[in-house]
Amino acid sequence: MPLVRVFVTLKPSLLDSAGKAVSDSLLKLGYQEVEKVRIGKVIELQLESYDEARVKQMCSQILANPVIEDFKVEVQK
Amino acid sequence: MKVAVIQLPGSNCDQDALFSLRNDLKVDAEYVWHDQHDLTGFDAVFVPGGFSYGDYLRCGAMAARSPIMESVRQFAEEGKLVLGVCNGFQILCELGLLPGALILNAGQKFICQDVYLKAENRTSPWTRSAEGVLRIPIAHGEGRFVADPETIQQLEANQQIAFRYVNQQGLLNQEANVNGSMGAIAGVLNQAGNVLGLMPHPERATNPIFGYQDGLKILGALNPCLASKESLEPALAH
Repeated sequence: MPLVRVFVTLKPSLLDSAGKAVSDSLLKLGYQEVEKVRIGKVIELQLESYDEARVKQMCSQILANPVIEDFKVEVQK
Repeated sequence: MKVAVIQLPGSNCDQDALFSLRNDLKVDAEYVWHDQHDLTGFDAVFVPGGFSYGDYLRCGAMAARSPIMESVRQFAEEGKLVLGVCNGFQILCELGLLPGALILNAGQKFICQDVYLKAENRTSPWTRSAEGVLRIPIAHGEGRFVADPETIQQLEANQQIAFRYVNQQGLLNQEANVNGSMGAIAGVLNQAGNVLGLMPHPERATNPIFGYQDGLKILGALNPCLASKESLEPALAH
């Protein structure tokens, strides 16, 4: 059964205020090499069968909001 | 005038809305549960605030796909009045009835305080009575309005920006824009002007017990005779 991972991230043009807070914390902990942090989410879909078009449709219909988010699909067959 | 107050699993401003509509706006109002389809007999829809579906996935994402919201979309397309407040605004954006989206406040914190608003467009039913600077409370963690630059330009050009966050004097500044919204946008209209989404809660500012009643200047759209009553003017002045 294919396992599909959908990575949803805020569009680069938008300020990710949670990511900014984490970045500030990392800098405070001494990780000076951190330039930027962006937070997103991973959605795992266990499917009976994989159809690329249908998964993309799932993403644009509900899993991601195209107004503010980008998505990337990874399939493990 | 009969208003449908939509109840979704996780709505928590539904009772405030119903009370305000019946008690202060003097209109008929009934709850409509999210798995219903029928809005027959209703003249307006109020999508209240809360944390529908626990804000899982994204605020308003799953609520926008619930059965009643398809009927709300048709209702809006017929030109009838639809208002989404707070989570209700997020839901109307997710539904595609309103442009843009609402994301985590720029300062990351949940903000619960009064804000001042100024109506930009005074031609829509929702903003016609919104004269001067309005004092209305907000309570949200994800209320930062965002859209791509082209959409913001279109909103400006089509006069779809209903309200902006301003200071008490009615001026725009960074401090007044409490959640960091693009263009300090607190509320937007659809192109026809019958659908309004806004983060502040007008239903929490309609009763003299709160000390201010500026919410009537927005919700007055649902009862025009009440909104224009001169007897209200002294109460509205502050």
